[in-house]
Amino acid sequence: MNNTSKPDIFKHSEAIKASLKKRYARERRFQWYGRLAVLTGFVFLFILLFDIISKGYPAFTQQFIKISVNLDLDQLDLPPNATEEQLFSANYLGVIKASLREMFPDVSGRKDKQQLYRLLSVGAEYNLRDMAIENPKLLGHTTDIWLRAHSESGSYLKGQVNAAMPESDRRVKDLQIGWLEELKAEGRTESRFNVAFFTNGDSREPEMAGIRVALYGSFFTLLVTFAIAFPIGVFSAVYLEEFAPRNRITDLIEININNLAAVPSIVFGLLGLAVFINFFDLPRSAPLVGGIVLSLMTLPTIIITSRAAIQSVSPSIREAALGVGASKLQCVFHHVLPVAMPGILTGSIIGMAQALGESAPLLMIGMVAFIMDVPGGVTDPATVLPVQVYLWADSPERGFTEKTSAAIMVLMGFLIVMNALAVYLRKRFELK
Amino acid sequence: MDSDDRSHSPFAQADAGEKKVLDIHDHTDVTAYETIGSPFVDNPKMSARNVNVYYGDKQAIHDVSLDIGRNEVIAMIGPSGCGKSTFLRTLNRMNDIIPICRVQGDFSLDGDNIYGADQDTVLLRARVGMVFQKPNPFPKSIYENVAYGPRIHGLAHNKTEMDEIVEDSLRRASLFSEVKDQLDKPGTGLSGGQQQRLCIARAIAVSPEVILMDEPCSALDPIATARIEELIDELKKNYTIAIVTHSMQQAARVSERTAYFHLGKLIEVGETKQVFTMPKHELTENYITGRFG
Repeated sequence: MNNTSKPDIFKHSEAIKASLKKRYARERRFQWYGRLAVLTGFVFLFILLFDIISKGYPAFTQQFIKISVNLDLDQLDLPPNATEEQLFSANYLGVIKASLREMFPDVSGRKDKQQLYRLLSVGAEYNLRDMAIENPKLLGHTTDIWLRAHSESGSYLKGQVNAAMPESDRRVKDLQIGWLEELKAEGRTESRFNVAFFTNGDSREPEMAGIRVALYGSFFTLLVTFAIAFPIGVFSAVYLEEFAPRNRITDLIEININNLAAVPSIVFGLLGLAVFINFFDLPRSAPLVGGIVLSLMTLPTIIITSRAAIQSVSPSIREAALGVGASKLQCVFHHVLPVAMPGILTGSIIGMAQALGESAPLLMIGMVAFIMDVPGGVTDPATVLPVQVYLWADSPERGFTEKTSAAIMVLMGFLIVMNALAVYLRKRFELK
Repeated sequence: MDSDDRSHSPFAQADAGEKKVLDIHDHTDVTAYETIGSPFVDNPKMSARNVNVYYGDKQAIHDVSLDIGRNEVIAMIGPSGCGKSTFLRTLNRMNDIIPICRVQGDFSLDGDNIYGADQDTVLLRARVGMVFQKPNPFPKSIYENVAYGPRIHGLAHNKTEMDEIVEDSLRRASLFSEVKDQLDKPGTGLSGGQQQRLCIARAIAVSPEVILMDEPCSALDPIATARIEELIDELKKNYTIAIVTHSMQQAARVSERTAYFHLGKLIEVGETKQVFTMPKHELTENYITGRFG
């Protein structure tokens, strides 16, 4: 290096120094943009979650009212030593009504009485019936029994009703408030965990409505979806990536798969209605058809992500396998697929999560029906969680508002469980 | 050198010096060269005749004929892009997995046509094993890495036999003493040199007749390289070995014959000693003396 080049070097480092400040400033700015973006995302997520949880958590509690019920045989229309069948069809409603009248003897007039009866759930008589059948010794005696409160009175007991509002603007009337306060003062009200929400199917009465049908429906539907979409998707991806000749036909297939991923989901619903229900005569409203339709929707996602995962497997693994004399098939199944499996699972879980949240195509195939009985298999009528959310969100009763949010919480819980399972499986497949 | 010639060259080497030497850019007439030396041997293990390999429209190997003798170590040297690895991979049809690659020529292994219609690549690759440039153990345990080949070929009938094969292969690859307590640990957790020896163990576990090594030490440090070279010395008692290397010292140390490739052409083949001390071709001499490459 001679002396004449020294100033040059000096000049360079000056120029670099000058640009450094700018470069670092740009980097810092970029980091702040990133933080801001993440923060915005978090804020929205927080608002969403807060809204859902704050609205939904009361749905997990149910108010009960303790009533002294006189299970008088005459009132029940029962002969002594009644059979179970007779017990089943006895007049429990009459007993409940009589008991309520007994507790509040000064209530008169048809309207007031009706208001009084509305303190308790319509389902209270069935609770009472079940108790009577289970324990016939109660018959003929007066017992204190906890009965399910009506959703309106329950909502008052949960503190959701503003008593200062004009009476005409609220569904819990002044009289009812008076009775409820009286009951509360006597310690005859109680808040319990709402088991029925998880054990019942849908109902017209918010306090009786449960998520079980939708939960099972979603489970069965996704089971069918996974059973169909995962093997077909993975095998298609393997074939297209590893075995298919590269020509116009495979190009065409590839383009079509990519396009399929962009088809609106309701179109798949129409297809399911036309083909599976009308042509193949599969049962309506069944998770089987729902699962098939959703698997069609999920397939492109699984194929595309699986192909990407297979593509990203290092060629050196393939060479190693082929180099010791593995056949192409052995190479794929022993080495490529296990290495690609975490990626494939990630793609599948994205597809399944999409399917879980899908409601439009299921509306088309009748999974929007009002179903009270828990499905026992994939051919029983059922509904799914997002459709249940949609149904409840449509109902005017206050009780359903909280049920809607609670159903969303259950849906998110389902999603978390599903994702956790996927993460666990991925960890197991991931190479140590 | 004219500029037109440069623009076609895949190499970025710029300085040819003032004296006009035959360097790697002078490839216009390389294809016309005849191979100098002794490409053929008596009773060869493998033989390749008039080999041409194309990648799409580009010809990577021009009319190469070369024999590989029994239980010999033959080194293939030459500058990057000279086709030595491509040639090596034609010997167990590893080029088959590259869709655009086309291979012409007659190949035989003990007289069997390698590219014959009745030749199964699975069987071929069991007979002609391969060790790659980058150590590429399977992401499985050390034991599984070695046991994989014997298992898919059904070479072991029970666990004891398999254990024997694994231990024997690891011993031959002089890796056993280092890993005997961690056979169930992942092969990818070993050091680079150990990984490469594991790959060699994996290759010899299926008892191949020929082992092809494609720059097996290029990713290794000098100590690991020395161990592999010792191992090659040991292995040549039982196997025929063809090794591609960038290191001329390595070629000189481990091989009996050396083949010099240049731009897809086999320029010179001969006894290693002769090639390194008295190269007959100017290109070989220039490469060996370090004028380019």
